[in-house]
Amino acid sequence: MAKSVRYRSIVSVSGPLIVVDNVQGVKLNEIAEIDVDGETRIGQVIGVEGRAAVIQVLQGTAGVSIGRSHVRFTGDTLKIPVSEEVFGRILNGLGSAIDGGPDVTGEKFDVNGYPINPVTRLPPRDFIQTGISAIDGLTSLIRGQKLPIFSAYGLPHNMMVSQVIRQAKLLRRQEPFAVVFSTLGVSNEEASFFRMELERARALDRTVFVLNLQSDSTVERIIAPRVALTIAEYLAFEKEYHVLVVMSDMSSYCEALRESSLARGEIPGRRGYPGYMYTDLATIYERAGLVSGRNGSLTQMPILSMPDDDITHPIPDLTGYITEGQIVLSRSLHLSGIYPPVNVLASLSRLMKDGVGEGYTRRDHFEIYTMLLSAYAEGLRNKELSAVLGEETLTSEERKYVRFTEVFEKRFIKQGAYEERSIDETLNLGLEVLSVLK
Amino acid sequence: MRLTREGRIVRVSGFVVVAEDIPSPMMGEVVLVGENGLIGEVNRISGNRVFIQVYEDTGGLRFGDRVVALGRLLSAELGPGLLGQVYDGLQRPLEEIAKQAESFVKAGIRTSRLDHEKKWRFIPVDSPPSRVFGGEIIGRVEETASVIHMILIPPNVKGELVYLAGEGDYTIVEEVAKVKDSQGRMLNVKMAHEWPVKTPRPFREKLDPNEPLITGVRIIDFLFPVVKGGTAAIPGPFGSGKTMTLQQISKQVDADVVIYVGCGERGNEMADLLEKYRSLSDFRSGRPLMERSIIIANTSNMPVAARESSIFLGVTFAEYFRDMGYNVVLIADSTSRWAEALRELSLRMEELPGEEGFPAYLASRLQGFYSRAGRVTALNGKTGSLTIMGAVSPPGGDFSEPVTQKTLQTVKVFWALDSELAYRRHFPAINWLQSYSLYVESIAFWWELNISERWRGLRENMLNILREEDELMQIVRLMGVGALSDRERAVLEVSRLIREAFLRQSALDFKDAYSDPRKTVAIAEMIDYYREHLLEAVSNKTPLEKALALNIGVEILRLKHLSSEELAGETIKLKERIVGEFSELQKPVESQHG
Ligand SMILES: Nc1ncnc2c1ncn2[C@@H]1O[C@H](COP(=O)(O)OP(=O)(O)O)[C@@H](O)[C@H]1O
Ligand SMILES: [Mg+2]
Repeated sequence: MAKSVRYRSIVSVSGPLIVVDNVQGVKLNEIAEIDVDGETRIGQVIGVEGRAAVIQVLQGTAGVSIGRSHVRFTGDTLKIPVSEEVFGRILNGLGSAIDGGPDVTGEKFDVNGYPINPVTRLPPRDFIQTGISAIDGLTSLIRGQKLPIFSAYGLPHNMMVSQVIRQAKLLRRQEPFAVVFSTLGVSNEEASFFRMELERARALDRTVFVLNLQSDSTVERIIAPRVALTIAEYLAFEKEYHVLVVMSDMSSYCEALRESSLARGEIPGRRGYPGYMYTDLATIYERAGLVSGRNGSLTQMPILSMPDDDITHPIPDLTGYITEGQIVLSRSLHLSGIYPPVNVLASLSRLMKDGVGEGYTRRDHFEIYTMLLSAYAEGLRNKELSAVLGEETLTSEERKYVRFTEVFEKRFIKQGAYEERSIDETLNLGLEVLSVLK
Repeated sequence: MRLTREGRIVRVSGFVVVAEDIPSPMMGEVVLVGENGLIGEVNRISGNRVFIQVYEDTGGLRFGDRVVALGRLLSAELGPGLLGQVYDGLQRPLEEIAKQAESFVKAGIRTSRLDHEKKWRFIPVDSPPSRVFGGEIIGRVEETASVIHMILIPPNVKGELVYLAGEGDYTIVEEVAKVKDSQGRMLNVKMAHEWPVKTPRPFREKLDPNEPLITGVRIIDFLFPVVKGGTAAIPGPFGSGKTMTLQQISKQVDADVVIYVGCGERGNEMADLLEKYRSLSDFRSGRPLMERSIIIANTSNMPVAARESSIFLGVTFAEYFRDMGYNVVLIADSTSRWAEALRELSLRMEELPGEEGFPAYLASRLQGFYSRAGRVTALNGKTGSLTIMGAVSPPGGDFSEPVTQKTLQTVKVFWALDSELAYRRHFPAINWLQSYSLYVESIAFWWELNISERWRGLRENMLNILREEDELMQIVRLMGVGALSDRERAVLEVSRLIREAFLRQSALDFKDAYSDPRKTVAIAEMIDYYREHLLEAVSNKTPLEKALALNIGVEILRLKHLSSEELAGETIKLKERIVGEFSELQKPVESQHG
């Protein structure tokens, strides 16, 4: 078979790329296997230049030798086998089992997926409870939505991630629910933290864990979220689960994308990130949604770190241009001991109006949300004024609002990392803190 | 038999393919690339090599694959059946794709652009002319209950009309007329014709704009108006309201036909828009919005090159309906995604990058696009208009970036979205100090004739108060409210009412999302009336607190939830109250020592 031809004609190696000359019938995006002294690595054809193929090696090129290594083309794109066997499993960023168990078997799917046809999409509806008041009450997560957490270095987003994947649930328990969790460039300590947390909560059997470590190659980091989403799409659209995909940290993903782009010799865009990063991120985030005729849904909660706490940095900026809102964490709340440190005024769930209220959460949800937010905004304004002009310039009414901000932060926003609040509890708590204003 | 002109792929890089040996390729020519016949367009010719931008996913292409040149430019098929369609950037009906590929869009899917089997009732014009020229109306089809589709002689056809079909049912590929041109050739005219999307359709004459395009958004219609045939851009950071505002306008604007291009943006937004277009009615005709609309959806995860074609496709549809004498609105969300596609294409074609990597021709491309707007006399003598509104998505919300700047060089209206206002949930978050419209003079007459003689003055008064507020707030920030005089604090009270009772208008508030011109002016007039009395009272030494205690502001804040009919009565009552209570206030109080 022509496909088993082995090429020894590697003519250059640079960064994650190798160039193989005099190849025949090689297709763009096809997968190649590179034999490096007996070890098989996987590469993807990213360019066709005359008779030469440019291959990006997923596990890196260390050890690739022009004389010894050889390359075989598979004729196929990058695919992974998926079935319901994935539950409770730990996979690497390429979809192979790394928990000592057997390989996952099942139908093979292209990790890049296909764009959902806009006319077959259904607008997102209905609610996913995270058990965290700041999110459920004020920036509600809606099925089919992509709602990121904008964090920053040193903020407790790992704890929040763990809390979300442990606690997330649907209000109607009979509907099947699953979590696909993909780490991106985390350390070994972080990885074992997440693993222990999941085990402790006995949440593993409804969870799929895609583990990508700091030490894995940059190219693997670019594949990992796609592997997670391919599994999630299968569960959502073939098996009709409501799937929540949590990916952390997308900033590591973007760094990997930058590195791979520079290695390809592409002209860098804003702050060194490739000009196509918007499109690339969209091919990840836009895999969230609902399609007509299938009962499942795919919801995404990506986590990213804002470099220098700067929300205009390309990573949060391009993300915000694609996602349907954002949950912004605040360093000052964190420093004053509030966990989770959600800046609810800077945060917004754009789809909230379509998924809360009667039939979804509670009839008074939106009203409580509006009252809490405007009271908090008012209180913060008064607080600022009193800082400039002195507290004595405030009326007693205005002081009530200042008092409200404190109660709101300490009782409503703040909660234990292992404290799970039902939406009812969250909304009642909202009413309770509002009574400060009476 | 004609020989196929074909060449071979020598390079594939992203969505750009280089092919060799295509015999006499033509710039802009459509080619079919590879085994699956992916649609591409010749973008650069250099010796025996051509650079091709491919409008579909290039995965799977190989060195040596065939590239077949089709000998024509990238074109739209124009005719009955366009309205109510949802297309991708290549005019493939997405419903048709859904039938072939279930829920996903895959490369290489072929569909017809318009339905070639459906029969439409063709009604010829009453007295057919003996000679016809391009653009002439020879009949009509009642395509939807909202829009009558005029059947036009294609712009490049003219001659003697030797045959015109009688009233009857025809498909768009059956001939309804025959024209003999000056060389004696017989041309068959069908109800549909092709037009290259990157070539503006001809018209007889461009006319000056003279009529506002009513959007129902107060800050737009009153302060920063756009005209029928005008151009407007709405730049803003994410979350500031570009999409909400444009979608709101698209649902309620006083246009005959609306073309909405979702270019490189969210899929869920398109799903939401579709749902609304199908379930909501145009309140003027009472018919579903979908009947007067065409949607082009090329979301951010769909092929990048097709962002470019989606914009051109949209504007070609729009010109076609303009040529029938309609007022057409084209909305593009977001033009930045199109510009980014141009940048990526240019980099892959190894052109010299300009500012921020964008090609040097960015400005002229944007100009070329917006210059297709206008109010015109069509070739057939009818007056039609095409208004273009585009969202701009500047990185980091920074308006100094190239796409925003180059857009502002060509458009006449700038709605500057402001993240600070959005953060305070003041919507629409259009900044009233930064935004502008260059059309105010051309439509003042219309407002004065039809709505209120005081339009200009009311507008100026409102803008002056808002400017003064800005200056006063700088003082307040430094020294506190205590540093202001009563008059100045009265100005702040009026500006607060302007912001809250007039400018603030939620697109989600079904009672206020559409404010008709009468309602808009009535609220503005009411605020102005109050301003006059309040400022007069404080200048007559009436303490501001006493004037504010009348609680007129509360009444004014309520007005936006009334219809223009209810407003008429309500404002008369409120004016009487103001006159009465203010004169009461200013009555010289009996001196206590008297
Ligand atoms: N005119 C408006 N009325 C009410 N809410 C608005 C309006 N404009 C924006 N919003 C709010 O802001 C959010 C983001 O608006 P959107 O138009 O999607 O922003 P952009 O397109 O600029 O990213 C919306 O989900 C909505 O909550
Ligand atoms: Mg938008």
